[in-house]
Amino acid sequence: MSLWRQLTRGLRALTHREATDADVSDELRHYLDLSAASHERSGLAPDAARRAAQLEMGNMTVAREQVRSYGWENAVETLAADVRYAVRRLRANPGFAVVSVLTLALGIGAATTIFSVVNPILFASLPYPHANRLVTLADRGSDGSGVPPTFGTYLELVARSRSFESLAASDRWQPSLTGTGDPERLVGQRVSATYFHTLGVVPNVGRDFAASEDQPSGTRIVILSDRLVQRRFGGDRGIVGRSIRLNDNEYLVIGVMPPRFTDVLAPAADIWAPLQAPTHGEFNSREWGHHYQIVGRLRPAASRRMAADELKALSGTPIREFARPAWADLSNGVLLQSLQDVVAADARPALLAIMGAVLLLLVIACVNVANLLLARSAQRRAELAMRVALGAGRGRLIRQLLTETLVLALVGGAGGLAVAAIGVRTLIALSPPGLQSVDAIAIDGPVFGFALVVSAAIGLLVGVVPALGSARGIGAGLHGGSRRATGTRSAVRRALVVAEVALALVLLVSAGLLMRSLERLFAVAPGFDASRLLTMQVIDPGRAYRSDTALRQFYERALDAARQVPGVTAAALTSQLPLSDDLDSYGYEVASTPWVKAGEDGAALRYVVTPDYFATMRIPLRRGRLLQATDATAMPEAVVISESFARQKFGTTNPIGERVRFGPEAGSDRPWGVIVGVVGDVKQQSLASTTTDAFYVAMGHWPWVDNVQSLIVRTSGDPAALAPAIKRAVWSVDANQPIQRVMTMEGLITLSASQRRFALIIIESFALAALVLAAVGIYGVLSGSVSERMREIGVRSALGATRRNILTLIVRQGLTLVLLGIVIGVGGAIAATRALVSLMFDVSRLDPATYVGVGVLLVGVSLLACWLPAWRAARVDPAITLRAE
Amino acid sequence: MSEQNTDVIQGTLDMLILKTLSLQPMHGFGIARRVEQISRGVFKVNPGSLLVAMQRLERAGWLDSEWRQTENARRAKFYRLTRTGRKQLEVETADWSRRVAAIARLLEAEA
Repeated sequence: MSLWRQLTRGLRALTHREATDADVSDELRHYLDLSAASHERSGLAPDAARRAAQLEMGNMTVAREQVRSYGWENAVETLAADVRYAVRRLRANPGFAVVSVLTLALGIGAATTIFSVVNPILFASLPYPHANRLVTLADRGSDGSGVPPTFGTYLELVARSRSFESLAASDRWQPSLTGTGDPERLVGQRVSATYFHTLGVVPNVGRDFAASEDQPSGTRIVILSDRLVQRRFGGDRGIVGRSIRLNDNEYLVIGVMPPRFTDVLAPAADIWAPLQAPTHGEFNSREWGHHYQIVGRLRPAASRRMAADELKALSGTPIREFARPAWADLSNGVLLQSLQDVVAADARPALLAIMGAVLLLLVIACVNVANLLLARSAQRRAELAMRVALGAGRGRLIRQLLTETLVLALVGGAGGLAVAAIGVRTLIALSPPGLQSVDAIAIDGPVFGFALVVSAAIGLLVGVVPALGSARGIGAGLHGGSRRATGTRSAVRRALVVAEVALALVLLVSAGLLMRSLERLFAVAPGFDASRLLTMQVIDPGRAYRSDTALRQFYERALDAARQVPGVTAAALTSQLPLSDDLDSYGYEVASTPWVKAGEDGAALRYVVTPDYFATMRIPLRRGRLLQATDATAMPEAVVISESFARQKFGTTNPIGERVRFGPEAGSDRPWGVIVGVVGDVKQQSLASTTTDAFYVAMGHWPWVDNVQSLIVRTSGDPAALAPAIKRAVWSVDANQPIQRVMTMEGLITLSASQRRFALIIIESFALAALVLAAVGIYGVLSGSVSERMREIGVRSALGATRRNILTLIVRQGLTLVLLGIVIGVGGAIAATRALVSLMFDVSRLDPATYVGVGVLLVGVSLLACWLPAWRAARVDPAITLRAE
Repeated sequence: MSEQNTDVIQGTLDMLILKTLSLQPMHGFGIARRVEQISRGVFKVNPGSLLVAMQRLERAGWLDSEWRQTENARRAKFYRLTRTGRKQLEVETADWSRRVAAIARLLEAEA
């Protein structure tokens, strides 16, 4: 009750200050009047009575203040007054205010942006219950890295392991949707019935898969993503229970996932169907291929270490029931990783580097603002001394200075949020494809809190140092001297500038190294001529072309149609396209050497192509001959291999005529293929990849016809302009073929380096900001120092120093700091760039050209920053400065 | 020459005010006057401290105040004890009596 009174009365006093003051005055005056009247009654003359009453009361103003100052509202009022005063002070010095606020806004904004991006990707737990118990399992390769497991391995682990509450397998599935609207190839997964259960999610509408439905002959059913239902079926929940047409078959929709559900194992997935794989697959069946994913949920009592130990023991002791083929014998064990780590793995190096960079930038921003505040407190010594002389307590003064700094930091923080709002949007636009959780990136509550805390912390941090300094040197402040205090303070400021330059150098070197890496990367020859190539995926929805022969006929007719388009000089089809996402390797068997297992560097990239593929791509022939039109059917099967494959497998001996078997035919008694030619190496995964072992066979000789192929067209003009005409040509053969990933080859190359480019753009912009901040810092310190040394400079020029002498004096002072900063920064950069190694390509961490270039850049910019104050110093008129003393 | 100490014993001002107001509503000067009179000049109340104390007691909910016209048409702030104020007075009085009795016993024991 009394708390309520405190609050309401206090608020009333705050909002009706004048009325409250008048009340207090009235009351006191009334008191005085009555007191005087009482004295008069006891016999004093009216004047004497009033005097006596006043004497009793003491100083009326003091009494009024005493009464007034009661209550919490007065603390609020003092704060408000401090804030008002601070704002007035800042507005009186707009240059300082604007530079500080912008600096802070930049630092805080960048930090908030990066935090917004990094938080959901690296730190926020996955959107599943008890996500820390989710792990992925993979075959461990000979080099310790993970190889996608086989379904056979999954079956064995399900039966034998005890550490998991539940295990699930999934496989990529990209069915073509027809029957409603445009034909479209969907991204999806075939999953074991335990999949959603393992992740801990259930469909929003309808139901999950049942174990009985995950059998080889099970019914055709699917679960859809909410996203797909919104996009293709108008958001109609009634889709559950209806059928949709996929790959020319009817599939019953049994459920729709919740809107916020993301399948982190396949973030683009919109559709899921039961795996329905046979439990006793032949070794040469699809089920023993390395293309599955296994996700598991650990029992609450099982740690990751215990599970890993169990898997190790299990893979070392094969049992008869679960015979393993040579390529999946688990001889290197099973790789267990937390799902969180796997999801973040691709983006982690770039994100960590960016996070480091943003921290550096934030530190530089703080240093800069501290520097500005120090410079300002030097200018305000007289004002502060005056206020002390007028009776301001030390505590009161520090409180005032802190308030000023906090106001600065909070305004900077607000500006930072604005910067972050723009930054986050830019980052999302720039983010490399495949960056997980992009949907989750936004400025949210925690990020806002982060910005606020950071800005307040910076305010306190940079506010305390100058405030303490001011309070200490005040005694001496009034009589203008106190050279010592000034001395230590400018030493601190010089140290701050050195730090700033050093930090900026670290950022600039990082940006420089990344820039050089990207340059080197793009200088790498991909192994073909990427100019004027247009590519697109042509997909068979499985509708009209049931037989392989019919499918092949369709592709050949589509290719012919594309060739007829004016401006096309060559065209070809391939099962996988270099520098796209495609990655398709098969084990092989060479007649003259023993069996080689997949996953032990024994796999080679598989290209099933039309014979003119080499001519269209301009892949050079090294030995023998290229594939010919007759190779599609002629026996023995003609095989072309890549240079590195030839070197790796046959050394210096001539591989032409060697007999090989690939993929499912390897190890079988099918007829051998014969190597007829060797071609140049082609980069498949990315320009940085070193895996270039490859084999090429003609479409028709592979055991099946791929229902997703890339059409490659070389054009005489701008390739992108031809895309509509080529699509029309393909559709003229069959209007129901989904066509996607229409890209020029040069576009694909740019895309393949997108993660590096992403990191580069961010670190580049941070480095630029750091450079500007460092220049501002140097400028601030030097101009402050010039102001303090006016008199000395005046004396010097009065004694005959030329303008040139003075210019040199000031510039030398600045450059000394810069050089010191550079020396320290080089040490820092050598240590810090360790974090960048995984993003670098073909450039040493200690690349001298980068260091020299950055050094020259820093010195150049610093010279500019030194020039202005030096110029001002050189123009000092000795007569005026000396008279001013 | 030493003046007689007329300060109110520390911590008892609240009680004195409450007690004074328990008789009838009063304005600030009236309270000071009454304390002075009844204590026969032993205690004199400083107006500043008095009014601050009144504000505190009012915030605590033990007093209510209102502005009234006085007989010579002046505005004056009158204070009145509330019900919780009356309870508080009882508590403080009991407490005070207990302490005074204790001090008295101590002093007697020494004599």
